[in-house]
Amino acid sequence: MEGLYSNIRKVVGRNEGPFRMQAELLLTSGECAAIFGPSGSGKTTLLRNVAGLESPDEGEIVFNGIPWFDSKKGIAVSPQKRRIGFVFQDYALFPTLSVAKNIAFGMPKDASRDIDLLLKTFDLQELRHRLPHTLSGGQKQRVALARACAQRPLLLLLDEPLSALDIPMRGSLQDELARIKETLGVTTILVSHDVGEIFRLADKVFKIDSGSVISSGTPHEVFHSPHDRLNLRGRLIEKRMQGVVCIATVAIGSEVSHLAMSAREGAELEPGKMITISVKAFNPQVSLEK
Amino acid sequence: MTFDFTPFILTLKLAVATVIVLLIVAMPLVCWLFYTKSLSGPIMRAVIHLPLVLPPVVIGFYLLLFFSPSSPVGALLNSWGHIRINFTFTGLVIGSVLFNVPFMVNPILGGLEGLPLSLCEAGFMAGKGKWTTFFKILLPSVRPSVVTGCVLTVAHTIGEFGMVLMIGGKIPGVTKVASVAIYDEVESLNFAQAHVYSLLLVGVSCILIFTLFIVNKRFPGAY
Repeated sequence: MEGLYSNIRKVVGRNEGPFRMQAELLLTSGECAAIFGPSGSGKTTLLRNVAGLESPDEGEIVFNGIPWFDSKKGIAVSPQKRRIGFVFQDYALFPTLSVAKNIAFGMPKDASRDIDLLLKTFDLQELRHRLPHTLSGGQKQRVALARACAQRPLLLLLDEPLSALDIPMRGSLQDELARIKETLGVTTILVSHDVGEIFRLADKVFKIDSGSVISSGTPHEVFHSPHDRLNLRGRLIEKRMQGVVCIATVAIGSEVSHLAMSAREGAELEPGKMITISVKAFNPQVSLEK
Repeated sequence: MTFDFTPFILTLKLAVATVIVLLIVAMPLVCWLFYTKSLSGPIMRAVIHLPLVLPPVVIGFYLLLFFSPSSPVGALLNSWGHIRINFTFTGLVIGSVLFNVPFMVNPILGGLEGLPLSLCEAGFMAGKGKWTTFFKILLPSVRPSVVTGCVLTVAHTIGEFGMVLMIGGKIPGVTKVASVAIYDEVESLNFAQAHVYSLLLVGVSCILIFTLFIVNKRFPGAY
């Protein structure tokens, strides 16, 4: 089979207590899949197991018909031999090497033409002699991506590559990632908790919680609400009674809004906690963001 | 009045030799200690920390016995080519290297353990092995820690007395280092000469401390 098949089991430790990961992924060649889930659900652990940076307790990982891990046969291919491009959440750029040397680190010595091509593809020519600590977040992300692509990887793993960036920067880099994905056509797994990013980049989504895949499919299949409702997540800042209704002050992103609800509904809410607000509008006002 | 600077020069030679030997010998040890997950790792850490708790004169005494012609090792070295370790500059270097292992290893290991794990893993994902990742990525990333290790080694070498006296004796021009010379001069009530050696060592110590502060500020991007 061309693509990735991973079916692993592993006990994962975390602050709130360990959980048993039991996740099955199937990706066809050239596909981009997103792993989506709350913090601590095992997204990064799953990615690290596929990369070979951690070993599952049981199960198998097969890529293009070649077993990378098989607990029954005692196979565990080292990360160095899997030909994977990995973009870490903190980018992990080598601090004492220039941009060009960071990219060239995993390449053969006679690959100077490839380095020039990568610098051009990722628009890094001007930065080739700069050290990582002098780069902006977006520039670091581009260097990390270029380095991940330098070995012509068979599989690209992106661990929340845009999470450290602000929203406008994230948008422009999502466009860039989409362009690179089209250009390289490499099988990709993207860990993300940004639904917009997943719609923009992924062909398939695996939604996981406590280490198990709870739903999978296209982004539309996984995220589309069957009731045509818009679900908003926000933090309840305060609540107060006004006559017979309870007024709740909720922060959604950088916006703060007041919601009126019955006293009984309000009694169940606790300030400081995250809440979900379902909105159903027949004719919502839509405007373009400037 | 003429001053004999030979002990001071010998001390500097010993310090430089110790640092060079330790940089060659200790780096593979640091690399192994950094990566190993086996039980032998903590055991080795305990062993290399022994010079911190053992009196230097005790280390010197056992080295003296270890390399004496009546010991198996001393006899073997003697039969190979009349190699003598005790009361030679080589003996001083060996003793000084053993005595300084924790002062070189600890700062570097501390620096490496402070690096993000992803840096090491990024090296692996780029197809490189543990040694290449260590020497090309991790070690350059902790250059200030390496400098700290070197400075501490020099500082402890120039101040060492009991161990060098035991294994080296005080042969002028061969093993009589500045710290031993100071003791000798005081014993002979020659305070002026003792002052010169002492002030030179104070000067070197001040330079070392300033070097440490300056170097730590001048490594851009390093951890």
